[in-house]
Amino acid sequence: MTPGEASTSRSPARPLWRRALGPRLRAAGLALPLVAFVTVTFAGPMLSLLTKSFYDPEVADALPETIAALRQWDGDGAPPDAVFAATAREFVAARTERTLGRTANRVNRVVSGMRSVIMGGSRLMVEAAAEAEAAGVTTDGAFWRETMIGIDARWRTPEPWRALRDAGQRFTARHYLKALDFERGPEGGYVRQAEEWRIYVPLFWRTLKVSLGVTLLCLVIGYPIAHLIANSPPRRANVLLLLVLLPFWTSLLVRTTSWIVLLQNQGIVNDFLVAVGLIGDENRIAMIYNMTGTFIAMTHVLLPFLVLPLYSVMRSIPPAYMSAAASLGATPLQALRRVYWPQTLPGVGAGCLLTFILAIGYYITPALVGGQSGQLISNMIAYHVQTSLNWGLAAALAALLLGGVTALYVVYDRLVGIDRLGLG
Amino acid sequence: MAIAEYSDGPVSVPVPDERGESAVPHVEFVGVDKSYDGRNLVVRGLDLEVERGEFLTLLGPSGSGKTTCLMMLAGFEATTAGTIRIGGRPIHDLPPHKRGIGMVFQNYALFPHMTVGGNLAFPLEVRGVEAALRRERVERALSLVQLEGLEDRKPSQLSGGQQQRVAIARALVFEPELVLMDEPLGALDRRLREEMQYEIRRIHSTLGVTVVYVTHDQQEAMTLSDRVAVFHNGMIEQAASPEVLYEEPEKAFVARFIGENNRLDGVVVSEGDGVCDVDVDGLRIRAMSLGLCPPGARATVVIRPERVAVSALPGRYRNEVETKIDDMIFLGDHLRVHMTVGGCSDFIAKIPNVVGHGAVLPGDTVTVGWAALDCRALVPEELREGEEEW
Ligand SMILES: Nc1ncnc2c1ncn2[C@@H]1O[C@H](COP(=O)(O)OP(=O)(O)OP(=O)(O)O)[C@@H](O)[C@H]1O
Ligand SMILES: [Mg+2]
Repeated sequence: MTPGEASTSRSPARPLWRRALGPRLRAAGLALPLVAFVTVTFAGPMLSLLTKSFYDPEVADALPETIAALRQWDGDGAPPDAVFAATAREFVAARTERTLGRTANRVNRVVSGMRSVIMGGSRLMVEAAAEAEAAGVTTDGAFWRETMIGIDARWRTPEPWRALRDAGQRFTARHYLKALDFERGPEGGYVRQAEEWRIYVPLFWRTLKVSLGVTLLCLVIGYPIAHLIANSPPRRANVLLLLVLLPFWTSLLVRTTSWIVLLQNQGIVNDFLVAVGLIGDENRIAMIYNMTGTFIAMTHVLLPFLVLPLYSVMRSIPPAYMSAAASLGATPLQALRRVYWPQTLPGVGAGCLLTFILAIGYYITPALVGGQSGQLISNMIAYHVQTSLNWGLAAALAALLLGGVTALYVVYDRLVGIDRLGLG
Repeated sequence: MAIAEYSDGPVSVPVPDERGESAVPHVEFVGVDKSYDGRNLVVRGLDLEVERGEFLTLLGPSGSGKTTCLMMLAGFEATTAGTIRIGGRPIHDLPPHKRGIGMVFQNYALFPHMTVGGNLAFPLEVRGVEAALRRERVERALSLVQLEGLEDRKPSQLSGGQQQRVAIARALVFEPELVLMDEPLGALDRRLREEMQYEIRRIHSTLGVTVVYVTHDQQEAMTLSDRVAVFHNGMIEQAASPEVLYEEPEKAFVARFIGENNRLDGVVVSEGDGVCDVDVDGLRIRAMSLGLCPPGARATVVIRPERVAVSALPGRYRNEVETKIDDMIFLGDHLRVHMTVGGCSDFIAKIPNVVGHGAVLPGDTVTVGWAALDCRALVPEELREGEEEW
């Protein structure tokens, strides 16, 4: 209050809102570097990537006249001559400038096979255009209709045109449809893919299940650990906490690969089991490069994220509550269930939410130890970003994942209240 | 009225019959030792009996082992040696939840995630009391502490005093015959404390339960208790009614700890017939003797300040000293007069603020006197090694 009063006495003429402005601007100014940093390194790239999931201007920019002309077409049979003329002109021009390949790739993603239709056809179309010029033939729509159908009979059917039209949409839901395992049906439109061809939805389910499983496993293992640490004398608690945090000091890569050393077919665990005689040499257990490997390694990596919030909540629960419960006649189990557990719920919620959100986006660990059956949705996103270069699809998958996590967060907030989260 | 109804209801604790049961003390500590680290005993050789329906307070300075005793009784700490019996039965093999002892914790320990009603119903639920009876008993317990209608509040929505009442109600709702309270009023301000003291007294006399109460506030101990056990260094110095503790302390520590006392250190000259003469810095003082200080032994003579007469008529009292008044402090209902007597430079007399007190002034030389009956010769406190004076 004092600064406000001081300025009142100094300059009583200044209006109230301007007096309040100074400190606010200063406070905002302090936050500016952070805001700038987050914008440049996080919000910006994320928005631009997410934009790619529904905004795809490449074909529309490369073939503007074709796309404009196709708008007049009713979608049945072959399009009017004007479309043929525009398409041929732009194909020939792009072919000469060597930019057609990229466009063809794009269209090919919408309907596979279109790349060869466009690239093979356009080569002959360039020749036809040159011959026609030499012969002095006027290259109008009718000429091109005949020529193109002559080159490839498929131009008579609506399919390639629909492919061009759909690929030319700037705003499109097709990445999302693909990410949800829909494919273009024979009549245009989208239908669900045959069960054996579905990739992404099963992968989403698998990711969800693995994340839930890992979270649960972390909770089952982490709860007693956190309890033990929270109820140890300070010296011992410090040592135990250090042990929990120790994994953070080693690189994630090292930690994950050491699981390979332990769990692989000729690894320490299998060798030990064989040596002890529990299993025969011929049926060593496959514990890595499959779902088991993903489970074990992820649980290990994510355990501290569950233990820490839980520990901080448990530490704030005075032991007197358990004594009180016992003095009131509760058995240790009753006291744990009715008195201790409910009070740790904020920590359980925080730890599980944190672990689950980290698990659902986990990528390196499954990539290293998951093998074929242990891959998760993030590995697919990485594949589309790095290998197939289908960023639109990668963005759509990422957006769905983000949406799911956000929805979860909102549900949690509604049910429990984020402010009750015991993060610290 | 609620209290009367309550005492008629099934919550009231059965009064022991005259025949035999009351012959067995409700709680017995026999030669109990306790050590946390295996080296230092924080409770040593504790012998204590608590009668059925008695209100016993453990009083003592901080760290004297009061809480430890309570914890051993409740079952949260094991005894290192000795036996604790409840109703004649040794309880060392009974886990806390089977002892059926109601307990009020210093910080209440009300379960924060349950409502007041939930907290009170908890001990009944874990005992499998059916819902209808449970509700009835919870209501009765709430009316006992005069908190009707607060069932649905969370403990955090109550004032400190209300939380305290709920904690007491919770410790009583399952009808234990023995209730332990560890500084239950420590966190309350003075006015609320006094109100709650009255409340606890009322509940105790209504229900007739046995209460073992811990405090380090002697005023509180005096107000509440039938009997007070004064703790010091893990031992009971004296266990007696408040009046006896005040008037007839048996240990120098008790004399110092309970109320205010002038203490004169000297050597016993002669002893016999329950009185003795003590030489204090050349002064011959006649005091009551407990027979523990033979001639030649050192003794501490204790005199209550309010029993010292200032400007006494010569010859009126057995013990008389001529001295100068160093200082006088006006305290409303009485005056404190500071003097030097027998080498003790902080000898105090309290004069009631009645007509005629103005007869003396600081610097005056006066005769102070007190009766032999009002002063006691006790074994001096010996400070154990490493122990600071309280
Ligand atoms: N859990 C424990 N572990 C080790 N030493 C303990 C433990 N609890 C108490 N002590 C020690 O035992 C002695 C007696 O403690 P206790 O709590 O019984 O004292 P108290 O009389 O209740 O004191 P206060 O009035 O301060 O509550 C103290 O010296 C204390 O340091
Ligand atoms: Mg204590």
